[in-house]
Amino acid sequence: MTRELNVAVDTVGVADATPDEKQPWAELGLKDDEYQRIREILGRRPTQSELAMYSIMWSEHCSYKSSKVHLRQFGEKNPRTPRLLAGIGENAGVVAIDENIAVTFKVESHNHPSYVEPKQGAATGVGGIIRDIIAMGARPIAVMDSLRFGAVDHPDTARVLPGVVDGIGHYGNCVGLPNIGGETYFDPCYQGNPLVNALSVGVMPRSRLQSMQASGAGNIVILLGAKTGRDGIGGVSVLASATFSESGEGDARPSVQVGDPFTEKLLIEVCLELFDERLVVGVQDLGGAGLTCALSETAAAGDGGMHVDLELVPLRAQGMEPQDILASESQERMLLIVDPAKADEVLARAHRWGLLATAIGTVTGTGRLVVDFHGQTVVDVPPKSLADEGPVYHRPFSEPNDLGLISVDRAETLPRPSTDEEIRQTVLDMAASPNLCDKSWITEQYDSSVFGNTVLGAPHDAGVVRLDERTGVGIAISLDGNGRFARLDPYHGAQLALAEAYRNVAATGATPIAVSDCLNFGSPEDPHVMWQFERAVTGIADGCQKLGIPVTGGNVSFYNQTGRDAIHPTPVIGVLGVIDDVARRIPLGLGRTGDTIALIGETREELSGSEWAQVVHGHLGGVPPKVDLDHEMKLAELLARLAETEQLAAAHDLSEGGLAQALVEAICHSGLGAQILLPEGADPFTYLFSESAGRVLVVIPRGQELAVRTACEQRGLPITPLGVADANTDGLHLRDHFDLTRDELEAAWKGRIGARLGE
Amino acid sequence: MTARIGIVTFPGSLDDRDAARAVHLGGAEPVALWHDDARIHGVDAVYLPGGFSYGDALRCGAIARFSQVMDTVKAAAAQGMPVIGVCNGFQVLCESHLLPGALVRNAHLRYRNRPAALRVETDRTAWTRLYEPGSEVVFPAKHGEGRYVADEAVLDRLEGEGRVVFRYLDNPNGSMRDIAGIANEAGNVVGLMPHPEHAVEALTGPSTDGLGIVGSVLAHLSEGVRR
Repeated sequence: MTRELNVAVDTVGVADATPDEKQPWAELGLKDDEYQRIREILGRRPTQSELAMYSIMWSEHCSYKSSKVHLRQFGEKNPRTPRLLAGIGENAGVVAIDENIAVTFKVESHNHPSYVEPKQGAATGVGGIIRDIIAMGARPIAVMDSLRFGAVDHPDTARVLPGVVDGIGHYGNCVGLPNIGGETYFDPCYQGNPLVNALSVGVMPRSRLQSMQASGAGNIVILLGAKTGRDGIGGVSVLASATFSESGEGDARPSVQVGDPFTEKLLIEVCLELFDERLVVGVQDLGGAGLTCALSETAAAGDGGMHVDLELVPLRAQGMEPQDILASESQERMLLIVDPAKADEVLARAHRWGLLATAIGTVTGTGRLVVDFHGQTVVDVPPKSLADEGPVYHRPFSEPNDLGLISVDRAETLPRPSTDEEIRQTVLDMAASPNLCDKSWITEQYDSSVFGNTVLGAPHDAGVVRLDERTGVGIAISLDGNGRFARLDPYHGAQLALAEAYRNVAATGATPIAVSDCLNFGSPEDPHVMWQFERAVTGIADGCQKLGIPVTGGNVSFYNQTGRDAIHPTPVIGVLGVIDDVARRIPLGLGRTGDTIALIGETREELSGSEWAQVVHGHLGGVPPKVDLDHEMKLAELLARLAETEQLAAAHDLSEGGLAQALVEAICHSGLGAQILLPEGADPFTYLFSESAGRVLVVIPRGQELAVRTACEQRGLPITPLGVADANTDGLHLRDHFDLTRDELEAAWKGRIGARLGE
Repeated sequence: MTARIGIVTFPGSLDDRDAARAVHLGGAEPVALWHDDARIHGVDAVYLPGGFSYGDALRCGAIARFSQVMDTVKAAAAQGMPVIGVCNGFQVLCESHLLPGALVRNAHLRYRNRPAALRVETDRTAWTRLYEPGSEVVFPAKHGEGRYVADEAVLDRLEGEGRVVFRYLDNPNGSMRDIAGIANEAGNVVGLMPHPEHAVEALTGPSTDGLGIVGSVLAHLSEGVRR
């Protein structure tokens, strides 16, 4: 299985001597002018290793070359807040919770690997985001995920979905992190391009915030964690085959990495010990682009240079060449920068946990990143040219031609159920539909309680985690996206996702304070996709500015496209909130018998992009519901206040499926029934299925009705009493219209995912 | 002076913090024990927490059996020290032959996380002394390999000797005879798959029924096993 190293290593000296050697830059995805720029930077042709590093660091994935010019808006429009301790550009954003504690969180995509190899693709997505959290100095305390699959009854979905869920569960469960929620949606547009967006959140004392800087000449560079193998070498295998084609078929390894959560768990424990004992100067995780990325980013962030002896890297495959070692995406590795006086202590601590740690280089004052392999220099570059000075594209963008036609094809004009019996049946059909049905087949495969701090998990509107047992302070997180709305109008669709995540956090009683986003789009080379991207980013940036909560980081995933067919633009927004005392969180449900059920917010006739249009008509057209961020802010402030005064027994955000679905979920979750009387003059269909934003179903304990009504009126928020929670009502009683028993509701809503996957 | 309960951390242990919290809330003092250290620091009882010790290499709990700390725990258990193993801890106890039988892949072949309703079958163990026999408790069950199996003779003997400690009311994994937890002959060693340490606070658990586990061992340590 080993390949003979029958060609001399391509050193800097060789490159100097053979300036005209033909190089496979195009196969590695570099453009002619980019290759020429590399030659200018180096004053010679790059070595194979250097070429591999530039091609990786200047790729879309690492350099954000297509998105950078638009993402700048986040920085420009971000509201200033003293809470923000680290923001965009760091491994993950860090926000202060109080004078002692900070929280870091980030959402990242692992879409393509999860389609190729669902289990390992999803697992390593979880592993990668956890390492980002560790690299900031935090203990990861929870994970969450936002998933998109093709049609639920498509045969390939039965391959992808169980694999992805198994991967997320296997990794998260073994590494010991509770999964506190997320979302799963199906749409044929994701058939060949499923989305796996993983979020992790961590907590730290504010004083433990870590830096990725490789500073201080003489400091030691230590590689911690798993051995380096051939897994995940993407671009470089092209390089290898182009250069060494005479050697046969080469190494055909899966390009998706394999995750080992056990090693990751050890990494967490070792890193936190090292941080607590102040044994490291800088730290960076190894993820996509492996050592290439970690070395160039830490060196670029520092004040000098770095020298690495690559043969010291522990390998688990024979015959690896320098460019393979540099490009390997083997998982569960971290790079540490350590004071030489503390290096022995660092190695001993790693050893105690049975983890490999190896000094592979030193920080220098040369301003160059130099990599030697058995004494021969294979890389000698200015690190900033790799990490910070990649190409920037101003890609053309233009509004899709069909958008005008789509916007006039409104769902409001579609035929509707007219009789009570038809509406009754629609409630059941909707509850049983793939996007609205119970997701416990998925969430039951995840540990939700490890650490003993999960106060709310799936299926609540947001996950709520206690941070401090003494004070009860905690956080709430929600992850939301709606590709259908974004397809109709990416600016407002992105804002609707932001508003929903914001409202979901608020519905638990927490106050939203920060945002992380994962932007899933088609090919940036398509001007229509680029237009969607620009609109969505602008929508998020404007929305966050308005809401007063900063974007702290995130991730862009382009090329979610098969042939000419791109996915719906799918910005997924994570909102983090803080709650002073988790004991006062507002759960899902119906409270106690006799409590009042009411709706806060206004219901308009807004059906375009709705689940009803999808489920009943397979329709996508019109304009999405109106966004009113002023209203959302008032609503959030109200909910936080009512949580504090303990004047709400339950709350539930209205989103996909509207009021009907919110009632179904509250009833199924609570064990109580609901007696509902729609307001006079309301059209039952519109009232039940409209997806107007800015609405929350609330349950008010007896005796608090007047106080809650007054609080709403003071803020100019419309509140409509709808009925009562009732232990003697079997399911849903919609007065003057119809009844649905609990058995009927549960039969429709539960057990659907497993059944559709053939179980 | 309050009792001291040692909680072992193996590489890959996950519920060790939760066990420490439960011990603390139950009125005892948690003491951290380390897999690679034979000393157990004079503790009065030992709690083997859930997780994936040694990455579940070979079989769940198979490597932990050979750890330094387990040598000491085995010797102490033989002398009557109360030892409880939860989830992976139960697997470790079976692999260590402190308890009979084995825990294999769930019958439905998946990891599943659901609150489990259990019947407490006996109060004649060090860890269930305060529970009413026949009473029902709810602990979270979350595992992929929790299906209890043993040969018929062993099962009959466990039943006959009153050593089935917890039984599932709605068997989540295909365990033989709905067994969720068992004890050794002396009643000082108990293993169960569901997690009492995740049922100690109303805010975070499905119940607070798990507080009785530490309460029981405290009563046992001061008064001995109920006979």
